[in-house]
Amino acid sequence: MKRPYSPKIVTASDLAVGDVIYQTAEDGWSRALPEAEILCDEAHAQLRLIEAERQQNRIVGAYLAEVAIGENGPEPVHFREDFRRAGPSNYFHGKQENPRQPRP
Amino acid sequence: MYRHTEFDRGFLAARNAQFRAQVERRLNGSLSEDEFKPLRLMNGLYLQLHAYMLRVAIPYGTLSGAQMRALADIADRWDRGYGHFTTRQNIQFNWPRLIDVPDMLDALAEAGLHSVQTSGNTVRNVTSDHFAGAAADEIADPRPVAELIRQWSTDHPEFQFLARKFKIAVTGSARDRAATRINDLGLRIVTRNGEQGFEVSIGGGLGRTPMIGRVLREFLPRADLLPYLEAVLGVYNRLGRRDNKFKARIKITVHEHGLDHVRDLVERRFALTRAAFGGADQDRLERIAADFAPPALRRAPTGAFDRACRSDPVFRAWADTNLSAHRDPGHTIVTVSLKAHGATPGDASSGQMRLLADLAERYGHDELRISHEQNVILPHVHKSDLPALHAALRAHGLATANIGLISDIIACPGMDYCALATARSIPVAQQIATRFDELRLEHEIGPLKIRISGCINACGHHHVAHIGILGLERAGVETYQITLGGDGTETAMLGERTGPGFSAGDILAAIERLVMAYLDLRAERSETFLQTYRRLGPAPFREALYPEARADAA
Repeated sequence: MKRPYSPKIVTASDLAVGDVIYQTAEDGWSRALPEAEILCDEAHAQLRLIEAERQQNRIVGAYLAEVAIGENGPEPVHFREDFRRAGPSNYFHGKQENPRQPRP
Repeated sequence: MYRHTEFDRGFLAARNAQFRAQVERRLNGSLSEDEFKPLRLMNGLYLQLHAYMLRVAIPYGTLSGAQMRALADIADRWDRGYGHFTTRQNIQFNWPRLIDVPDMLDALAEAGLHSVQTSGNTVRNVTSDHFAGAAADEIADPRPVAELIRQWSTDHPEFQFLARKFKIAVTGSARDRAATRINDLGLRIVTRNGEQGFEVSIGGGLGRTPMIGRVLREFLPRADLLPYLEAVLGVYNRLGRRDNKFKARIKITVHEHGLDHVRDLVERRFALTRAAFGGADQDRLERIAADFAPPALRRAPTGAFDRACRSDPVFRAWADTNLSAHRDPGHTIVTVSLKAHGATPGDASSGQMRLLADLAERYGHDELRISHEQNVILPHVHKSDLPALHAALRAHGLATANIGLISDIIACPGMDYCALATARSIPVAQQIATRFDELRLEHEIGPLKIRISGCINACGHHHVAHIGILGLERAGVETYQITLGGDGTETAMLGERTGPGFSAGDILAAIERLVMAYLDLRAERSETFLQTYRRLGPAPFREALYPEARADAA
């Protein structure tokens, strides 16, 4: 039996600024993980990644990251993605400064 | 100190204009990321976890007060008000925006600084002894040679696309404070029959295949340095593997071809390169050396220092750990700790940078050094100025008395910043430093080097720590492996792995067991951790680390 596809999001870095961004269902980019488009179908996820990669003059290094679906939408599965969503642990810098995306 | 010449200024202006145009072309989509990435790396610009990172070279670790102030201004204007000093005498800004980087590079150039070749497969920023020109045990100041190598290697047409990066360190003392043995190429100034020259070692390096460098040439006459380096790099450029990134460093080249074979090839090539050098390099070296003329040290009584030692125990504790012998008995070398207990190792705020600049100008002949151990040094301070200097440092949280002690930890940025990291380093360092400060034990423990890397690339030099900690990912969580008995000095040795790793929640307790075991095991108070480890071997330390294994065996 085929294993179920674990949900993904498309994430990248903003070209001009360098911060973490997430692809939205409206074909835009958000700085907040809860606004990311959740991709539950493998073929669709690959297609969305290709569409992201074509935006060379907007983003850098797009890839699919695994997420779990929580109460507030997508949640990181790997701790690396958790740091990307929040910022470093030694200073209150990065995304955690934004009240829309506090450190959980 | 070396000041940029017309040539340096012209070169940097052209290079920065070139990069500004490259950034513009990247932003308007004419350059793809694949095309742009090698260009930005050549200028020290990385893309990390949360932002771009700009790595700026501090050539051979030497800065003037004005340069330190320029770094502070850059931190305030384009970054987050601080900088991170690294294990290769660079400073990293963790939050620049790509659109601002061309302006940052121009501001650096105005201060006589740059980020050229702080990344990429080229000769990197040449590192050196942070006590250069001041140490009591020095044969000669290594910095003129380091500057000569900087000038020769910068934009060297033959060596811009080596198989992999190439790191050079130079020391002028018998005591190796520059970690020459863990560099791709290490130079030690030595004398033979009254003549100065270099002992050349190659093939050192840490990372996934750690190796201690081996001697390629026992004595290289001083005048032969550049043609010889050109021969070594030429041989490496041809032999270095480009098919496998993990086998591309010169340490693997030497390992695969054998030291003797590499030496033969280098000597053959050296015969050609030597003939091609007409002596212009030696004229240049002479002019550079004049820029490094020793400062005019003053003669004055040192009674104020002796009185402060007697009357102020806080000053006394700081003087005991943070001062080193200067070649002039009236002066001393001051190491300012960037390792306040609980702080991020190697970070300095813009305010601290400005204070250090002021103090260097006021008390230290306008010289600052950055050590690969991530501290700041004032190399020439008269002893009578120490009480005032200490008071100023103390007022800004810079008077931590812990140099060489358990809380003077090297830590790479780890997964808090680095895109390559597999685990965090900074919080582990913070926990260890805070814990042993609470226990009030660090002066009792004495000299002990803990070094932490957040991935196998080993920027935190964990292989050559007395206690090394390597952060890895195991089954989706951060795991920390311990190595013991490493040494990065003239008696360089790689540490040995103890056994299974520890979780983020258990690593602090593991380190505490290890250190408590040392306190029980040492023959006398003066026997250091490393000496005890060398006398007894790993067994009793393993027992302390893994008490359950002992219980199982019993």
